[in-house]
Amino acid sequence: MTIFKHELRQGRTGLLIWTAAIAFMLGVCILIYPEMGSQMEEMSAMFADMGSFSQAFGMDRINFGAFIGFFGVECGNILGLGGAFFAALLGISSLAKEEKEHTADFLLSHPISRSKILGEKFLAIVLQIGILNAAAVGVTALSVLLIGEEVSLKTLALLFTAYFLMQLEVACITFGLSAFLRRGSLGIGLGLAAVFYFLNIIANLSEDAEFLKYITPFGYTEGADIIADGAVNAGYLGVGIFLAAASVTLAFRKYHTKDIA
Amino acid sequence: MKAIEIHHLKKYYGKARGIADVTLSVEEGDFFGFIGPNGAGKSTTIRILLGLITATGGRAEIFGQEIQKNKTSLLGEIGYLPSEAMFYHGMRVRDVLRLSADLHKKDCREEAEELCRRLELDTSRKVEELSLGNRKKVGIVCAMQHKPRLYILDEPTSGLDPLMQREFYSLLQERNREGATVFLSSHVLSEVQRYCRHAAVIREGRILVTDNVEKLGHTGAKRVTLRGVSQAPALSNIKDVECLPDAVSFLYSGEARTLLNALAPLPITDLTVAEPDLEEVFLHYYREEEKDNDHI
Repeated sequence: MTIFKHELRQGRTGLLIWTAAIAFMLGVCILIYPEMGSQMEEMSAMFADMGSFSQAFGMDRINFGAFIGFFGVECGNILGLGGAFFAALLGISSLAKEEKEHTADFLLSHPISRSKILGEKFLAIVLQIGILNAAAVGVTALSVLLIGEEVSLKTLALLFTAYFLMQLEVACITFGLSAFLRRGSLGIGLGLAAVFYFLNIIANLSEDAEFLKYITPFGYTEGADIIADGAVNAGYLGVGIFLAAASVTLAFRKYHTKDIA
Repeated sequence: MKAIEIHHLKKYYGKARGIADVTLSVEEGDFFGFIGPNGAGKSTTIRILLGLITATGGRAEIFGQEIQKNKTSLLGEIGYLPSEAMFYHGMRVRDVLRLSADLHKKDCREEAEELCRRLELDTSRKVEELSLGNRKKVGIVCAMQHKPRLYILDEPTSGLDPLMQREFYSLLQERNREGATVFLSSHVLSEVQRYCRHAAVIREGRILVTDNVEKLGHTGAKRVTLRGVSQAPALSNIKDVECLPDAVSFLYSGEARTLLNALAPLPITDLTVAEPDLEEVFLHYYREEEKDNDHI
């Protein structure tokens, strides 16, 4: 597991910064909820009247007066979008950075197969996303205890599972892309994560665009749907798992025979 | 046993030529130089040998095994030094050396320490703080610390000062005496002439000639330098004439008696007749090939 450990060592600063930033924002967001609680009923009514804007973020279907409704939108955006960016950065740079920084010659001239390199790099990505999400769960649990709110653990668990799976899917897709790239690629990764996010907003706005939820991994992390249905949409998730698996398979196939410039 | 065997190897990137037709073989235990100018195809050949790129055609084997099929096990027998050694940002030299040893699944601490001592390499420094020469030294230790059977070195001395170059070649000669094979690419002909037993000359993706270094240098021509005259004698078998204010120098490939007869009446104050150096031989092979191409 030399590559696995090496990847974790190389990524530890990035992981620390992203985890601290997301955990801090999540914590602050939850801790200010009691102060906002009294105004939440009015805010809920206001959001309900805001038409497309509320629709875009699923706020028309959510009760801001309840903590879980607030968490599903506000905190969901922090962990969803922040986590997706982090996952995209990890995935897209994983293989392309070796060629960009000319370290591929060093790595690939050692007696280790390309499949093993990919496998260990991928595991390192999964673990780093896992650590970030575990920290998010920990901070959420602590913050919720501090403000003394009663929360449905099942709903919270579903939300966190959906965010984690979405980040894994983003990482898998960008990891797949990374195998085809040679040079700078961070922009592509971040751009793709942003496109996925906005596709979900478009899908929320119009029924005609609802099919986009099958494409974007944000489709199955919609807080309003998870809270209302008490489940993650299996159709969206199924397509997501297929896309993730296909991307990783493609990465292995491409990298196995790729010419290292 | 052949350490390296290459038959009609080709590599094209679309229409762009990497190498057009490379055939050569290197015996185990040899010290082999691979000479050619920039862009001739030296690095492309080396990258195919390491499995970093796949050949478009032909066959390449190391220790009798086809490279792409046996890449992982073969890489354990190879010490590779790229022309530009790059390492992971933020790592210290000792961490890079340990990472390389771990990837070889070997404990190379003792050997690495000895190599770093001889190459005067400070292992506590971060790789991004290193000069080109010191980065090269890290690459050398990575290539040598696991004591491979075959060293594949791409332009190994670029960036090293003359003292370090000498120490590096002394290390290589020691390993070669212990039985390891050395295959190095270079466009510095003097180092190939000094250290290698065999060499191949490559140009525009094709091997021009492969032979032992002594024979390569023996083209039948002599470098004649005359002092006291400023013009070359009227002879038919001379080329590469260089006229200086009080001397003239040329390559002569005819009969010795004819030369002496032509020189006898001239007011010569000093005369040297020497074997041409490899640099001249190199140019000789290039011109021969150009002539052949012109005839076609």
